[in-house]
Amino acid sequence: MTDRRRHHDMGGLEDGPVENKEHNSEPWEKRVDAIRSLLSDEKRNLLSVDELRRGIEDLGADAYDRYNYYERWMAAMSNILLQKNVLSVDELGRKMAEVEARQGNKPI
Amino acid sequence: MTARYTIGDNVRVRQAYPPGHCRTPYYCRGKSGVIVRYCGNFRNPEDLAYGTYNGPEVPMYRVQFNQTDMWPDYSGAPQDKVEIELYEHWLVPASS
Amino acid sequence: MSDHHHGHSHGVYDVDPLHHHPPQPDLEDTPLTHHQIMQMAVAELLIEKEIISAEELRKEIDFMDSITPVRGSKLVARAWTDNGFKDRLIADSKAAATELDMDIGPIPILVMENTPQVHNLIVCTLCSCYPRMLLGIPPDWYKSRSYRRRAISEPRKVLSEFGTDLSNDVQIKVHDSTADMRYMVLPMRPEGSDDMSEEDLAGLVTRDCMIGVALPGSASAS
Repeated sequence: MTDRRRHHDMGGLEDGPVENKEHNSEPWEKRVDAIRSLLSDEKRNLLSVDELRRGIEDLGADAYDRYNYYERWMAAMSNILLQKNVLSVDELGRKMAEVEARQGNKPI
Repeated sequence: MTARYTIGDNVRVRQAYPPGHCRTPYYCRGKSGVIVRYCGNFRNPEDLAYGTYNGPEVPMYRVQFNQTDMWPDYSGAPQDKVEIELYEHWLVPASS
Repeated sequence: MSDHHHGHSHGVYDVDPLHHHPPQPDLEDTPLTHHQIMQMAVAELLIEKEIISAEELRKEIDFMDSITPVRGSKLVARAWTDNGFKDRLIADSKAAATELDMDIGPIPILVMENTPQVHNLIVCTLCSCYPRMLLGIPPDWYKSRSYRRRAISEPRKVLSEFGTDLSNDVQIKVHDSTADMRYMVLPMRPEGSDDMSEEDLAGLVTRDCMIGVALPGSASAS
């Protein structure tokens, strides 16, 4: 039975009280949102809403629960850009290493 | 594609469990409800999700269900409803 | 955390390769997370490939920042003061919004009117679809597992957790935003607000009222 119900499809399951939480979006979260929006617009047409939803669902239950909302978006979006050959694994890996190294040099 | 159902028609959601992306919540599958709105024809999310942006458009409806039909131990009022957007290929006439 | 500016130094980090300003981390002293690094790398690559530009990214963020629940509350206040507008808003929110010089974008938003007999509540059980062009970015609780699981099957309990207790005589309609529509609740105008201006009325309409978890404050309480 559980295989029939996909992890994201959770309407009606039991859970605790809703925590009335919110936070102002962090800059990196807004950037994820803005990149998604640009990739989806008519000019680029590289990412449909349903592709992003599918990408998030396909992260699997463990990642779905561990990642926060925008981490899911980011992970799914990267996967789709790789699948579509917009980015290559090698260049994304190298660029991430570069960003990380740069960050290590940042003045605190 | 011409819309098969009109407002007031009784329909049932197919009890299907495809493995990929779809927008039919698990909780409503196999349940019967009534069409309350025809929303227009839209590209099928099951195509869009896998990169097919130019597949056929399918009619999409808002379907209303009784909460007491949806949840066996529903604790609210008997007249409470839930309304869901569903694509035509997920619906069959309730009488079938 | 609450007051970010999106000028040169805080919003979109500098991507000019000739001027290696360090990227601005979100929290000044904590290392970037894996996903934050991924975000920066993807943005830089997309800009290098000229798929997007830094300018487009900045503009998009500015645009997102400009979309707040004030937009929804303006529509509600107008609907409360003009029955013809209310009918037009319910029939076609995109067309009605243009009367207030508001563009609500291509995704249809259906306005669900609360009445003494019917209370509407919005959820997206499958992800977190939300009327963003009227209410901005959804709050964390709207995206939470508990809300997505329970708003659909025990709406009265969930409402009660938000301090909204409704009589069993009132019908609750929960709208699951599963597909191509988005939803906004048109709350009931509170009693005792007859003498209020449209602008003051808009001040009574909170985001949560337009999701359906709260009711507009009474005129006297404001």
